[in-house]
Amino acid sequence: MVAVAARTSRVTGRRFRSVTLGALGLFGFALALEIAPRVGVVPIDFAPPTSQILVSLGELVGEASFWTALVDTLRTWALGLCIALVAGVVIGVLLGSLPFVRAATATTIEFLRPIPSVALIPLVIVLYGPTVKSTLVLVVYAAFWQVLIQVVHGVADVDPVARDTALAFRLSPWARVRYVVWPTSLPYVITGFRLAASVALILTITGELVIGSPGIGKEIDNAQQSNAVRTVYALIVVTGILGVLANLLTRFVERRVLSWHPSTRGEEVTPA
Amino acid sequence: MLEVKNLHKVYDGHGRRVTAVGDLTFSVPEGQFACVVGPSGCGKTTLLRVLAGLLPATSGEVLVQRTPVTAPPPGLAVVFQEYGRSLFPWLRVRENVELPLKAQGMARSDRGALAAEALAAVGLSDAHGAYPWQLSGGMQQRVAIARAIAYQPRVLLMDEPFAAVDAQTRADLEDLVRSVWQRFGVTLLFVTHDIDEAVYLGQRVIVLSASPTTVAQDLTIDLPAERDQLTTRSDARFTELRGQVYAQIQKVKAPA
Repeated sequence: MVAVAARTSRVTGRRFRSVTLGALGLFGFALALEIAPRVGVVPIDFAPPTSQILVSLGELVGEASFWTALVDTLRTWALGLCIALVAGVVIGVLLGSLPFVRAATATTIEFLRPIPSVALIPLVIVLYGPTVKSTLVLVVYAAFWQVLIQVVHGVADVDPVARDTALAFRLSPWARVRYVVWPTSLPYVITGFRLAASVALILTITGELVIGSPGIGKEIDNAQQSNAVRTVYALIVVTGILGVLANLLTRFVERRVLSWHPSTRGEEVTPA
Repeated sequence: MLEVKNLHKVYDGHGRRVTAVGDLTFSVPEGQFACVVGPSGCGKTTLLRVLAGLLPATSGEVLVQRTPVTAPPPGLAVVFQEYGRSLFPWLRVRENVELPLKAQGMARSDRGALAAEALAAVGLSDAHGAYPWQLSGGMQQRVAIARAIAYQPRVLLMDEPFAAVDAQTRADLEDLVRSVWQRFGVTLLFVTHDIDEAVYLGQRVIVLSASPTTVAQDLTIDLPAERDQLTTRSDARFTELRGQVYAQIQKVKAPA
């Protein structure tokens, strides 16, 4: 027990130190960006000091339109992510379980996957105009592959002994997916989700910025049009914060869902 | 009961034909404890996988409870050597034991009772809530045995279940398997490469030849039903039987 307690405090200490260092690094970065424009390293008109960006951010937070835009962005992002996740998991499990279908689709997937989502912008504008739907198509297209590839790998990772065990105990195909394939793939699904979350955020902002569907991206465009440089930066900071929050969320989910997984579980003391 | 008739298995792949099982015929009557020993690479695992319906035979026939095996047969449970991979790390001990029953659609209370009984039978009544990876190797294999018992099989197959545990634990688990067999009255086929283990455990030892496999010797173990690690193993008859099996194995693997 004593050893465990000591180890726990050591781990906590390590985490505390990394958080402190991280905060220091961020503070140093902010400080550099504060000083650089003030001493004239970069033109102050295009690169406002940190303090001014923060003031603009404070103003933004007071405006109802900002919150509307934020909710729009979050909605597009979450919806796109959900569709990509569900489609990626369902199709990934099917492809992974049916080697014949997998072989038949592999080339097509390898062809479609590298197509940058932004290349579809002209197409979706023609199809749906400057709407959320257009942006959603881009988000789903980009995020879907991230999930799909991970899930296909995850399904292939089922341990042969575990598979034999499930077969020998006469688990039905559905029960094998539910109780063996799905838990095996879960770490991959979560990795896919984390990758998809950041890609989906990028495409959400891109879509709003380029296509003009409502959200933070569109606000950035508006601010730029009206030459409100500080607001542009403040909005960029907001997108950065969104990215960090998304990452924290997935890590939290990961720890909860994968408590049994070797990457998450501590080396527990074996009861004698 | 188990019947193996002229079983022949050839692995065919990558331009190479490997005969794993030549011509194997034997049967295990209802309720018997039979051990299968043979030199390494003699197709013991192949035999077990065919019996479990996990591998199709090239020719010949395998019957479990008088029904030809084409898929994993009902009423048959398997305990694999690799307990760490056979148990599901995302399920707690009790959930692992209950899973085959749950997949059958058994009511929660019924499967709970069976799991509790099975875990008690292997001496793990206090480990229900642990994850398998929190337990020692021997305890994990006990969980796998409990899962097999809770499934209420008529036939139990064990594939070198104690090859990966230490000698002390192994002796305990051997006695556990004897007691489980006596208590639940299953037909048990126990595959091992350990001659002492085979003679100590079984009512009968089937010695396989080197590949292509046939039955080299079929020996009745006429030791008393009550066995004990100390007295049985020092019994003159035990030594004699052990010597017979050993000599037979030396003979069949001689050409190699």
